[in-house]
Amino acid sequence: MRKNIGLKIFAGLVFAFLLVPLLIIIVTSFGTNTTIQFPIKGFTLEWYSKVFNNEAFMDSFFLSLQVAFIATLLALIIGVPAAYSLARHRVFGRNWIKSFFLSPTIVPGLVVGYAMYQFIVIKFQFPIIQGLFLGHFLICLPYVIRVVGSTIEQLDFSIEEVSWTLGCTKLQAFIKVVLPNITSGIFASFMLAFINSFNNIPVSQFLSGPGVTMLPTSLMNYIEYNYDPSVSALSVILMLGTIVLMYVIEKTLGLASIS
Amino acid sequence: MTQRRVPYLILAPGLILLILFLVLPLISTIFPTFFNGGFTFSNYTSFFLDEYNFGIFWRTIKISLIATLICVVLGVPTAYYISQSPKKWRGLLMSVTLFPLLTNSVVRSFAWITILGQDGMLNNALMNIGLLSKPLTMLYTEFAIVIGSVYLFLPLMVITLVGILENIDSEIMEAAETLGANRLIAFVKVILPLSVPGIIVGSILVFTGSLTAYTTPQLLGGNRNIMLATFLYQNATALGNWQGASVIALIMIVATLIVMKLFSWIAGRMDKRGEASA
Repeated sequence: MRKNIGLKIFAGLVFAFLLVPLLIIIVTSFGTNTTIQFPIKGFTLEWYSKVFNNEAFMDSFFLSLQVAFIATLLALIIGVPAAYSLARHRVFGRNWIKSFFLSPTIVPGLVVGYAMYQFIVIKFQFPIIQGLFLGHFLICLPYVIRVVGSTIEQLDFSIEEVSWTLGCTKLQAFIKVVLPNITSGIFASFMLAFINSFNNIPVSQFLSGPGVTMLPTSLMNYIEYNYDPSVSALSVILMLGTIVLMYVIEKTLGLASIS
Repeated sequence: MTQRRVPYLILAPGLILLILFLVLPLISTIFPTFFNGGFTFSNYTSFFLDEYNFGIFWRTIKISLIATLICVVLGVPTAYYISQSPKKWRGLLMSVTLFPLLTNSVVRSFAWITILGQDGMLNNALMNIGLLSKPLTMLYTEFAIVIGSVYLFLPLMVITLVGILENIDSEIMEAAETLGANRLIAFVKVILPLSVPGIIVGSILVFTGSLTAYTTPQLLGGNRNIMLATFLYQNATALGNWQGASVIALIMIVATLIVMKLFSWIAGRMDKRGEASA
């Protein structure tokens, strides 16, 4: 197809707009100055070791991993059977229930975190960390319902019927026939939910306290009082994490499956 | 008979968790804002009558609207370009678009601090080539929030649009050109109308996203350019005004719902018009 030069330049500028800011961060993370500067004067890896020696960063990193992982797992355990039921069973008010399951995406994240903090932590005196797990579970659930739900809807119903005819109970059929056929959907929703929980700030903003700070929040707090290249270094580390995840998704499902 | 109950038993854990940890918290937070002795809307009327509060509300709407418009203008041609690229390029271009989307929003806002700051890259570059004699104030302005929001949500708009535009037959453009339209006219008259459903979905995502964003206004807006989300946080923490925070919470939810309904309504009307003229 003939290419329109104007369109090509336009799209090129947009891609530059998307990438250049991140490239600048990468460059500044190697600078020797104690404040962030571009272009940089010297080259050092000092800021990376600063990040790894910063206890607040490391603690919040492991907390973030833990919360994202457990919240996603919980969302899968509860969400996969629910998505199956919504797709296959005759349920009263099916569409309403489905929208209800997706509703955490409609309520602004900061409001979710605020309401949970008020209700769970202040009113019922739950530990903050439990609120954090539950809040992130709420973030993850819609991804599972949506992605796994559409995978099940595309699955041929007759293979289940065959397994019933051959003597499987409904539960056996679900475990032996349905689950193996929807692994790609489960994996895609796991990735999406995990990434979104790990990156989420608004929900955790209220649900944090002494010793309970998620990585993005801890990075944000750091930025408010500091302007040194260790922020860039941590950003680069996070970007590397994104690249690894994208590579894994591309190799297993193809990036198209999550976009 | 027990068979019939199975689906409800499967759905129950999720429903119960949602009710316990989303619905009840929301109700218990927002319900009291309607009571002051008796049932009243006064908390809401006084919020909107207060000039300072209304200013924050209006700023939030304005910034979200501008960011959405910019995302449409930048997004449609870019998505069209991606959808028309050869397959092997398309994958690469999609990853370039996805990468920022999957990168933490603090990182993405921080990038603009380094660019727009007083001693930032842009100011230094402009002064080096002699266009500026002293640095411009770009960070901690509404302009910075707009840029940050566009940067945050443009990938979402592009990806939504690519999904729609990929299904448009490329011969339709050739037909338009054969019939005498030049490329720009063909784009405006053929591609643009066909991408309306994508523009609507993308705009809902961008608008509601900017409307409720917390990170960007917090990092790029500074203390003077507060938006609804940062105002909520400020009320709840620094000001200790829980009632005020809850009022803002409901305003944010309702604004989100109105935007979604409004955009879907526009989409519905456009669909009908399409049918009528066809």
